[in-house]
Amino acid sequence: MTPLAIAFLPLTDSAVLVSAREKGFAAERDIDLTLVRTTSWATVRDRLVFGQVQAAHMLAPLAIAVTLGLSQHPAAIAAPFKLNINGNMLVMAGGFAAALDPDVIRRTADPVGSAHDFAAAIGLYHRKPIIGVVHRFSSHALMLRYWLGYAGIDADRDVTLRVLPPSLMAEALRTGEIDGFIAGEPYGSIAIGEGLAEAVALGPCIWQRGVEKVLAMRRDWMEANADVVDRLLQALTAAAAWCDDPANREELAELLARDEYVGQPASALLPALSGRLTLSADQSTVDVPDALLFHREAAGFPWRSQALWIYSQLVRWRMITASPDNERQAAEVFRSDIYRRALVDMGEPMPGASLKLEGAVTQPMPVGAYRGALTLGPDRFFDGAVFDPADVAGYLRTYRIGTDHI
Amino acid sequence: MRIVIIDDTGLRATVLEEGLREAGYDDIHVVPPRGAFVARLERMAPDVVLMDLGDPSRDTLEEMLVVSRALARPIAMFVDRSDDTMIGAAIDAGVSAYVVDGLRKERVKPIIDLAIRRFNAFARMQAALDEATTALADRKTIDKAKSILMTSRNLSEPDAYALLRSTAMNQNRRIVDVAEALITAAGLLGGGA
Repeated sequence: MTPLAIAFLPLTDSAVLVSAREKGFAAERDIDLTLVRTTSWATVRDRLVFGQVQAAHMLAPLAIAVTLGLSQHPAAIAAPFKLNINGNMLVMAGGFAAALDPDVIRRTADPVGSAHDFAAAIGLYHRKPIIGVVHRFSSHALMLRYWLGYAGIDADRDVTLRVLPPSLMAEALRTGEIDGFIAGEPYGSIAIGEGLAEAVALGPCIWQRGVEKVLAMRRDWMEANADVVDRLLQALTAAAAWCDDPANREELAELLARDEYVGQPASALLPALSGRLTLSADQSTVDVPDALLFHREAAGFPWRSQALWIYSQLVRWRMITASPDNERQAAEVFRSDIYRRALVDMGEPMPGASLKLEGAVTQPMPVGAYRGALTLGPDRFFDGAVFDPADVAGYLRTYRIGTDHI
Repeated sequence: MRIVIIDDTGLRATVLEEGLREAGYDDIHVVPPRGAFVARLERMAPDVVLMDLGDPSRDTLEEMLVVSRALARPIAMFVDRSDDTMIGAAIDAGVSAYVVDGLRKERVKPIIDLAIRRFNAFARMQAALDEATTALADRKTIDKAKSILMTSRNLSEPDAYALLRSTAMNQNRRIVDVAEALITAAGLLGGGA
């Protein structure tokens, strides 16, 4: 068996990796998979970049930031597979949520109204709200900035973003270090369950098919180990299908609950897995069928247009200057070609294109695919914007905040 | 040269600090990674920051290094980005190092080397301590099981131990596991434990 080590963070969306090991999908493809649990994204990044592990559970924007030289040691990272879609929740302590719609179900269903309400309330707080994000280069931070920006709030000027690993968020809320946070599950559900916070916005209500974690590896390693990469992607695809099957939900929650994985009770893991989220201590619950996707709609397929959307946000928030070279490098992080090569014989529905308009699908839509039928779910951004990967500059011109420098 | 160690296990920080002092560095500060540690760190303006690789506050620190005005200088991790052997050794030992200004490699390398050795020594110490604690707990369990057997079966101490040992061998289990099972059973049966 080929030994392979993958670093991960204790989050519900490590499910595909955990089940690949525990349900034998990796072993079936002759891979002896070791999962290395870490606490911070910085450590995951270092272990990957410096070759201590061969692959990592990684924030999609971090994979791009490392490639562009924005996060410590630059290294060409490749992401040939997405580990999940969605899975994040923005929560705030009661006092800070009080200025929003008191009906938590209405509030989360209406991100447009909530963004305006939050903008109006900023002046009422006695200081800038401090919001925890899991990393500067996280999908969570980009999503939060996008949502705030809609209502004219500049995240760098009007609020304080504080970086903390997801597992420390609830504690930071308890000690008053932060007023709210956006993090991957189960940490939002845990904070709500402990009565520390209530939901303010749900990831899929901001971007219905938000890119979340990718399987990241060093490009040079990926190129030198094509056969292992193919077998790994096949194992992860089988694992993802297993994770998406409602019949396996309870078992998956029990697996993830174990100390060596997420180390949180199964009851905290089930909301995202089942799509039934509890939004506040008064037990308001809501069905969000797309709270977390692992496999359906070709969830694992790394659309290059999604890498470009992330790049557009890095430019928008002044983290990198726009240049054709940076744009090309960012797009090349998502390796749809490797995904196709590895999975062509598995009978997986395979998208015919590698780029698409992001945010343009409003109804389930059958799309061009070879091998099997593929229907994409709605992928709208809450503001109705459509991202055309062929015209990043044009897209950015439509945004007022954060683009004054280009 | 000012060195800050970010650590909240007093022991590891002490081990590291002592080593650095012996090596002739005297401007050393230990900051626990809690609360407003980033603000404290900023005021200290360190030249080198050392922390445990597994420390969750690394993300917070890195964010500070990106946005801080006071420390808005080029930073390097593990001193020299091309020195893969040293980086590997540092990661294995669990050290992460941030050099917050443009210090020359020759000046920082000995600090990192020393930190790696000290972190390794600490890990060995910790392992030995854990082992000793476990061994002690195991012995207590076995003693308790022995005394149950001595009372209930009227055995001598060596015979009680021999019975535990042969049972463990027959069942292919550890003696301590057999002892634990016996104590549990005795408890359930209301036997004298």
